[in-house]
Amino acid sequence: MSQGVLERTSKCLRTSRAASHPSRILVVIGWLIALCAVAPIAFLLSQAIAVGWAALSAILFRQLTLTLLINTVEMTVLTTSAAAVLGVGAAWLLERTDVPARRLLFVVLLVPAAIPDFIETFGWVNAAPWLRGLWGSVFVLSLATYPFVMLPVIAGLRRVDHRREEVARSLGASTVRVFWRVTLPEIRVAIAGGCLLVALQLMAEYGSFEMLGFRTFTTEIFTAFKVGFDSALACALSLVLVVLSALVVRTEASVSERQPFGVGSEVVVPHRLALGWRRWLCLLGLVGLALLALGVPVGSIVSLLADPGGSTLPAASLWGAVGHTLAYATSAAVLATAGATALGLSSYRARSWLARVPSTMALVPLAVPGVVIAFAFTYASEHYLASHWYQSTPLLIVAYTVMFLPLALIGVRTSLAQVPASLTEAAASLGAGRARQFVRVTLPLITPGLGVAFALVFLAVLTELTATLILIPTGATTLATQFWAYQSSIAYGQAAPYAAAMIVLAGIPLALLTGLGERARRRAP
Amino acid sequence: MKIRRHQRAWSAALGCLLVPAVLSACGSSGTSSSSKPHLVLYNGQHLQTTNSLVQAFEKKTGITVAVRSDDEAVLANQIITEGSRSPADVFYTENSPALEEVNSHGLLSKINPSTLAQVPPQDSSPTGHWVGVTKRVTVMAYNTAAVTKAALPKSILDLADPKWKGKIAIAPSETDFQPIVTSVYDKVGKAATLTWLEGLKANAGSHVYPDNESMLAAINSGQVELGVIEQYYWYRLGAEIGQAKMHSAIAPFVVGDPGYLSGVSGAGVLKSSKEQAAAQEFVAFLVSKQGQRIIASSDSFEYPLVDGVGTPKGEPAFSSYDPTPLDVKALGTGATALALLKEAQLL
Repeated sequence: MSQGVLERTSKCLRTSRAASHPSRILVVIGWLIALCAVAPIAFLLSQAIAVGWAALSAILFRQLTLTLLINTVEMTVLTTSAAAVLGVGAAWLLERTDVPARRLLFVVLLVPAAIPDFIETFGWVNAAPWLRGLWGSVFVLSLATYPFVMLPVIAGLRRVDHRREEVARSLGASTVRVFWRVTLPEIRVAIAGGCLLVALQLMAEYGSFEMLGFRTFTTEIFTAFKVGFDSALACALSLVLVVLSALVVRTEASVSERQPFGVGSEVVVPHRLALGWRRWLCLLGLVGLALLALGVPVGSIVSLLADPGGSTLPAASLWGAVGHTLAYATSAAVLATAGATALGLSSYRARSWLARVPSTMALVPLAVPGVVIAFAFTYASEHYLASHWYQSTPLLIVAYTVMFLPLALIGVRTSLAQVPASLTEAAASLGAGRARQFVRVTLPLITPGLGVAFALVFLAVLTELTATLILIPTGATTLATQFWAYQSSIAYGQAAPYAAAMIVLAGIPLALLTGLGERARRRAP
Repeated sequence: MKIRRHQRAWSAALGCLLVPAVLSACGSSGTSSSSKPHLVLYNGQHLQTTNSLVQAFEKKTGITVAVRSDDEAVLANQIITEGSRSPADVFYTENSPALEEVNSHGLLSKINPSTLAQVPPQDSSPTGHWVGVTKRVTVMAYNTAAVTKAALPKSILDLADPKWKGKIAIAPSETDFQPIVTSVYDKVGKAATLTWLEGLKANAGSHVYPDNESMLAAINSGQVELGVIEQYYWYRLGAEIGQAKMHSAIAPFVVGDPGYLSGVSGAGVLKSSKEQAAAQEFVAFLVSKQGQRIIASSDSFEYPLVDGVGTPKGEPAFSSYDPTPLDVKALGTGATALALLKEAQLL
């Protein structure tokens, strides 16, 4: 998942005489995709320029901007740290100790990854309405996001040669010391990668913070659109958010560059630390975490389902919303994965900047709030398409694709970097053309990465709200739009089935990923 | 061999996934073949109010109406960005500033005079570009376990008093808040309004809510003691969660107070609409006896603008209130209120 890993690996591969010269068509396609992806930024800039520097600085350099900056940074740092502690702690207990019921706990602790953050928050806020502000946000969102650290750390712990830990222990180092001096440095890259995903997700989150009454750049950008008829303010704030996200990406890359030890290539069944009676204490801790992260929110939604109460809102079709959501999420996920594959292929192991730049450019939309991207599409279809396709399914899917292409790219590039150049070279030497090399060699090897890309985009579309409301065909609904219609009218009973349906649909990519992971593991030895 | 089988399964899976997407794309692009006009309504008004009106209109005229709901200000922004090619035929909002904003870009048609004549002239656009549809009263909502009726503030200006610190809630980004700010501004001027807003902000602390619905829910559940809303939110919450769970009450400020005002919601026809006649017919329906009776009897709990169609169930007659009617002309696009809210760093 981590880009640091990608860069490092591809750097190694690049220096090993394996530089590839992607076909020209692929490079052109890569540039086209990247230009589509940064088009919304051009819209942002043009809006900002239209406002003028004087008005812009009046908007940017004032007390509220500082408050938002402090809020966003404080919340992101605290929540990401808490998620890292929970994620690493759980991963270490599950992988390195003899804590009971490990396999079951692994699955249970992973499930919150598939529950959209605002559904997790919805469950918590419904059960404990006093949870608000900074600390409420840190509490609920660290519970919602720790699996994104736990998962890569578990993968990291499995890859790392644990014999080094045993050597240290045999030399008399305590468990804590071994963890700090040996284990932690080795999984640092995995932690950084997980934290990157968590931090970016938090900075873009809208719904959870609205419910928790906490103001960040993203909530305020939406408010600026909502009340002010003031897209200039929103665009100015978005530019700050773009810069903040770039900083986060940069920090992660610099942490990941300095990997101290080599990674063990052998898969060795690790020796587990015997905890003695303490294993029951640790079990209690993990069960507690599962209860807080999964039990409370799901329980709260189930109790709402059981007692829906009366309602003043018109009933809507749950199945219609499920159908639309599935169709949008799968098509956008397929399109984004395909686009990311083309981009990845055109840039990986390429030496020329011409081939490498597009895949970096395409990461930018991750930091731009959905409502801004939607308005960019509205503007573009009005000015360049004479409003054809506006509020049509194809344009909505294209918008989703642009918004979530970065997620797909993160998934695809990881596995592309792991394809040994020698294999494609061998295929080429046997007379296989580029297309045949791709279909017969590269594609099967990168399937797990495609699965990750598909899953990440699918989950993102499933929960998208603000762009959807603007670009969806009139009359169509998704689970997210219906959930919000009810939730914001305090019709919690009516919102609950939509929350439950989202959790069920989110399980699809999770199952897909687990299936692919299992298959890859079975093939490994 | 293994690889190939794997690959085939994968492409089959992709195929399965693409089919629904293509089907849905075809489904939505198919246009209805009926000769009756088809309207697109951009709805910023509460769904409760809109839905029953649309159903009755479709039944009466055979004209179909597709409803697109979002926050009124987002929709206003959207219409302005869409410009002369907006798919919208009618824009129905919760407050007048969103309509005034769209009108200031020259995007609204004039409403038929016969439609405007149905409601009092001060409740519609001063230039005849939109018509008022419902009205409501601004009141305090308070948690009955925390505040007694006798301890309630007399004026909305009192809420900035430090004695309310940590006890009040505000929803500054709610479009309903702008008329209140404008009203205070008209009464006490700019400097005093700013001081008042600063006081509100300090007293509210972390009790800043995105909308009136969530603010009222917090008051009702005892998270916070008091807030200012429009009366229908309280009745609607009661219908939503049941009277047994209501731990709050509402009361107006004293007569003549800038916090005791009434406001209107309204609807306009887009100049770019190709269905001018049908769109005018829809707007006329909103203020017809039938339309107003639906408003008076549905779960919307807003008051109809037309007399003699009844009062929403459980609510006192509108005449039992004595609010200052808000001047829609003074409210305008809400620019004054927004500038003040920004200056107080609430937006």
